[in-house]
Amino acid sequence: MIGLLKRDLTLAIRAGGGFGLSLAFFLIFTTLVPFGVGPQTQILAEIAPGILWLGALLACLLSLDRIFQLDWEDGTLDLVATSPVPLEGLAAMKALAHWITTGLPLVAAAPVLGLLLNLPGPAYPWLMASLALGTPALSAIGTFGAALTVGIKRGGLLLSLLVLPLYIPTLIFGALCVARAATGQDATTPLVLVAGITAGALALLPFAAAAALRVNLR
Amino acid sequence: MSLSVTDLACARGPAQILAGVTFSVAAGQALILRGPNGAGKTTLLRTLAGLTPPLAGTIEADPDAIAYAAHADGLKSALTVEENLAFWASVFGTHDPAPAIEAFNLAPLLHRRAGEMSAGQKRRLSLARLLVTGRPVWCLDEPTVSLDVENVARFAAAVKAHLAGGGSAVIATHIDLGLPEAATLDISRFVAKQIRADDPFADSFAEGAA
Repeated sequence: MIGLLKRDLTLAIRAGGGFGLSLAFFLIFTTLVPFGVGPQTQILAEIAPGILWLGALLACLLSLDRIFQLDWEDGTLDLVATSPVPLEGLAAMKALAHWITTGLPLVAAAPVLGLLLNLPGPAYPWLMASLALGTPALSAIGTFGAALTVGIKRGGLLLSLLVLPLYIPTLIFGALCVARAATGQDATTPLVLVAGITAGALALLPFAAAAALRVNLR
Repeated sequence: MSLSVTDLACARGPAQILAGVTFSVAAGQALILRGPNGAGKTTLLRTLAGLTPPLAGTIEADPDAIAYAAHADGLKSALTVEENLAFWASVFGTHDPAPAIEAFNLAPLLHRRAGEMSAGQKRRLSLARLLVTGRPVWCLDEPTVSLDVENVARFAAAVKAHLAGGGSAVIATHIDLGLPEAATLDISRFVAKQIRADDPFADSFAEGAA
């Protein structure tokens, strides 16, 4: 299974792998916001938590349809399905690889973009913590969605429609955590809830994704 | 390691393709599957590989014994030949890809990316994967597509060596592989007459025909 992870990371870094695509999207999305909303620092500081979380969420969405689709197209998915690696393990490794190439860079870049949006100082550690704990859920949910739509030509749009509603709880509690920290309130409860959603998603969704893959490979 | 199939019924999607497939392949033997396009060779092989559950019947073989090779090569074009083989070795928990490289003469191509190779070279790499899996029962779907004469012979030699080592193989092919001792099974006689068990249009067509 480590071989699967290593291969996915290598492929992501190689030409055409799409590494950094989500990060660039996150960057552009957040820098566009002041152009649309206006440069008033007070308003920006108020909406920064929501914008940063929304940007991270959309950036995650961008690379989801590649998770299984490329392996399905070149026949690798069939061959892995007949190998000793269980499909549950494959789904977990795919989610982990997606998180390392997408979620982790977002966590690292978020403080810089927080500066651009005039996010208040006390919110920075909470922003990083909530993204670090929340983005794995986005990858796990996205992997499940990708498993459901594998084999559908141009399934990317359908995938977004399936996955976005499932992102709502993570978005609510993630943004709430940062917003509370920004206004000096205690942000522990929403952070714990984000962590709880992630723990649940990581525990259950690889099994759901594997079941979806089995049906789609028939 | 032997493979034995009794009264197998296979489906592709909602459509039943084959019914009553019965054969057995002992260790050291190969079975050549023949049949016209669309007869169900791929469907049968996918069922044997465990990708599609059978509608009925039994497959007596350890599913972990079967190595499957499909029409698609299953290669990553951004990885080199060496990296592709190393990936499959790690997935199957085997270590030494050297015999596979030797059998399909891949040594000159080791550091070439799969995306930069010809169709025949890709096929050789894809077949080399079979040796890397270390599995005893090969289920191969048109393994010689885009191979030249020299490499078909190389493939036949690899199959013979595999059989001599106690392995077995089920091969769907349209060409003569040079395996005279292999049994041949024409699967067109197993083609299911009824396309779907619950075919909602069966009656209407029967009436129209009458």
